[in-house]
Amino acid sequence: MGQIKISINNKEVKAKKGETILEVALRNNVDIPNLCYHADVEPSASCRLCLVKVNDGLLTACNTKVKPGMKIITHYRELEKMRKINLELIFAQHIEECHDCVWLDNCKLLKLAQKYGLKKDRFKDRKKNFPIYKFGNSLIFDSSKCIDCKNCIEVCKQQGVSYLKVRKNGHMFSVEPDKKRNCIFCGQCILHCPVGAFEAVGEFEDIEKPLLEKKKYIFFQIAPAIRTSLGEAFGFNPGDNVLEKIAASLYRLGADKVFDVSVGADFTTVEEAEELKKRLEKRKNLPLLTSCCPAWVEFIKKYYPEFIPNLTTVKSPHIISGTLIKTYYAKENKIDPKNIIVVSIMPCVSKKHEIGIKKLKINGLKPVDYVLTTRELIRLIKRKKIDFKKIKPRKLDNPFSNSSGAGIIFGQTGGVAEAALRTIFNKKIKIKFKHLEPGIKEAKINGLKIAVAYGTKKAIKILEKSNNYDFVEVMACEGGCVGGGGQPLPSNKKIIKNRAKGILKIDRNKKIRLAHLNPVIKKYSQNKHLFHTKFT
Amino acid sequence: MDIITELKKSNLRGRSGSGYLTGLKWEMVKGAKALKKYIICNASEGEPLVYKDYYILKNHLKEVLSGIEVALNTFKKSQAYIYFKPDYYKEFRRKIPKNIIVFKKEKEYIAGEETSAIQAIEGNKPEPRVKPPFPTEKGLYGMPTLINNVETFYYVFKIFQKKYNQERFYSIQGDIKNKGVFELKDNLSIQDILKKTNNWPNFDFFVQAGGGASGEILLSSELKKSISGIGSLIVYNTKKTDPYLLMEKWADFFINNNCDKCVPCREGLFRIYEIIKEKDLKNPVLKDLFLVLEKTSLCALGRFSVKPFSSLIKKWDKLKFPSIIKK
Ligand code: SF4
Ligand code: SF4
Ligand code: SF4
Ligand code: FES
Repeated sequence: MGQIKISINNKEVKAKKGETILEVALRNNVDIPNLCYHADVEPSASCRLCLVKVNDGLLTACNTKVKPGMKIITHYRELEKMRKINLELIFAQHIEECHDCVWLDNCKLLKLAQKYGLKKDRFKDRKKNFPIYKFGNSLIFDSSKCIDCKNCIEVCKQQGVSYLKVRKNGHMFSVEPDKKRNCIFCGQCILHCPVGAFEAVGEFEDIEKPLLEKKKYIFFQIAPAIRTSLGEAFGFNPGDNVLEKIAASLYRLGADKVFDVSVGADFTTVEEAEELKKRLEKRKNLPLLTSCCPAWVEFIKKYYPEFIPNLTTVKSPHIISGTLIKTYYAKENKIDPKNIIVVSIMPCVSKKHEIGIKKLKINGLKPVDYVLTTRELIRLIKRKKIDFKKIKPRKLDNPFSNSSGAGIIFGQTGGVAEAALRTIFNKKIKIKFKHLEPGIKEAKINGLKIAVAYGTKKAIKILEKSNNYDFVEVMACEGGCVGGGGQPLPSNKKIIKNRAKGILKIDRNKKIRLAHLNPVIKKYSQNKHLFHTKFT
Repeated sequence: MDIITELKKSNLRGRSGSGYLTGLKWEMVKGAKALKKYIICNASEGEPLVYKDYYILKNHLKEVLSGIEVALNTFKKSQAYIYFKPDYYKEFRRKIPKNIIVFKKEKEYIAGEETSAIQAIEGNKPEPRVKPPFPTEKGLYGMPTLINNVETFYYVFKIFQKKYNQERFYSIQGDIKNKGVFELKDNLSIQDILKKTNNWPNFDFFVQAGGGASGEILLSSELKKSISGIGSLIVYNTKKTDPYLLMEKWADFFINNNCDKCVPCREGLFRIYEIIKEKDLKNPVLKDLFLVLEKTSLCALGRFSVKPFSSLIKKWDKLKFPSIIKK
């Protein structure tokens, strides 16, 4: 069915209709050089490295669909020569910053340069004086690294933001932020740039800062979505749960305690369920919109402010746990909260922006002092030469060590909504979703109408018919936080799916799966005001 | 009468550079199944010293519009556009009937080839689309689209009227007296064209034939061939020409008018410009750049940009440039 035969380098291979030459080649372990290609973006075919001979002409493998009988030759002398020249041209427009690059050990450009034995001195760097931009407290865009593939422009457009655009400077077009638009800090541009022109603020020059805080207690807390992704940098598969190895590494780095943000998520869930019930009673400010994704909140604030009253006032999980640490926990353990440093390990760059929000302060203190992304922690582990593969797992610390399954599924799309519903109906429910299109689904449970979306542009479609819903969950990133802008590279839909599968498996194995049944909830829920904030 | 059969019989070729058989193009659009089809008349010529489309619009607008009309009648449920460069838009838009949509190109760069017209009309940055799919299958708004240039529509109407005499337009410019656009037989040799138009020089000269920047350099002894491409011919007085300046002009034209999408064209032409500025023609890099430009560029602009440079450099020694200019 849909099967066709083509030949690659004189070997017959089977292909599916609709596949590109590159996809078929990669599946058959034929290595075609490629750089601008990203599995989730419409190919721009701009780097020209993947050109292959198809019958008698040259075509780019990344965007040419296979046709029956195609005869493809991927390597021969002249073609390799041309690849090398184009590679040289690309290199001459990219200012290397390899020691400090988000691609860590996975850089395609560097690998190609080594493979083709590039001499770097035939051209002067074209982009030497190109500017560096800062987007809020979340992102840095170093345009001197950009190789003009425009992937970032495409994904930012797919987010419904279009903060990035090209502008003509002299005779050349270059990528720039658009002053008339606003970045929402989702970090999707980081994940789709082949050459690391985007990075999180502080990545990686500031990653040791939290460790240098003298005479303070350093408490780390780990977000739900990173336990099934961080291992990727150390030979684990996407989806493998490495939570306790992460904890062990953090102790090795000098942590005093290591907590789980999923416990914070249990608090968020219980509060949010309550808020939903109240709003349903009064039929006011419906649908209730989730607000634990700061990029989504930014999107609402900057582009759809009429929906601000709909956002739940409940704080996001790591802010709640940070708040509890600096109040209850500090008191119980007789620690001056001023001497506590809370560091969240997050799959996300918008969380870097979130911790700077003044309204979240508690008794004048920031609930969370630092956010390190998954990539930043990986870098730290590597820099300190911790053998992650071999390190012995270690349990997390009470009282924020054990969450319900509901707290775990926050890490992937639909999890926040499901967690709340489990609490509202007081049981593990099975939600029958209707998929409207990839990334948007809706369901009706006992009269409650909910919608779930990821990707801010897709969420617009839900906002447009918001009257149809009572409760809406939106995450800015592909597949939810598992696809967050702070996650390891490469990151694409396939990898993200597997990370999500890992999350769901952890949930299935949890004894307690409803947030409100987690015993810590009762213990710390007297002061409800600690859990709420205001958006303006 | 069946216009497609007539077009095929006439052997008319597109006059925008690629020289594709017009009849075949029309047949493909006709054969494509779709609810809607589009026709684009490309009036955005942009190579330096070429004003052929302008001349035709100025003098034969009625025929061009009739040619578009023929296309509208040939393709059911079709809509026609004229894609003007800004100054042509200003001058001609009021003379276009209401059933044809006039579109003004925004930016003053030519950006590749016909598919960039589609991109622009759809509101995108005008840069070439990846082919396949070809516009004849999936063009404007994803529908089968016929893109022909002004001159092609003019001749379509001639063929429709059975008045086509295998002619074409030539744009002749440079160090000659009788500059202009001329309609002559399409198989004339360059030599004959120059003679017939009273332009054969009495000094040492060479020509650039085909395009105003992308045309190939030919010595005065190589003029037995006819002109392809957009039919442009530029005559240079060898003694008065600074070849470095000339190349710099081409390079400048290309880096300002390419769309910057693909690596060989964006980066390669920029490096060629640098090398020419430094008069460093012996630099071995140049050959490498020519190779990738010609073979790996995404669209025709990049691929055709090599010809003028490589042919001039090749023939340098046979040309007697003023003695102060050394290679
Ligand atoms: S992408 Fe990063 S690692 Fe790769 S060459 Fe550029 S700076 Fe170096
Ligand atoms: S962080 Fe998100 S919104 Fe900001 S530029 Fe990148 S993709 Fe666009
Ligand atoms: S910044 Fe990165 S993703 Fe954006 S155009 Fe440049 S190379 Fe491509
Ligand atoms: S990977 Fe195909 S052109 Fe860049």
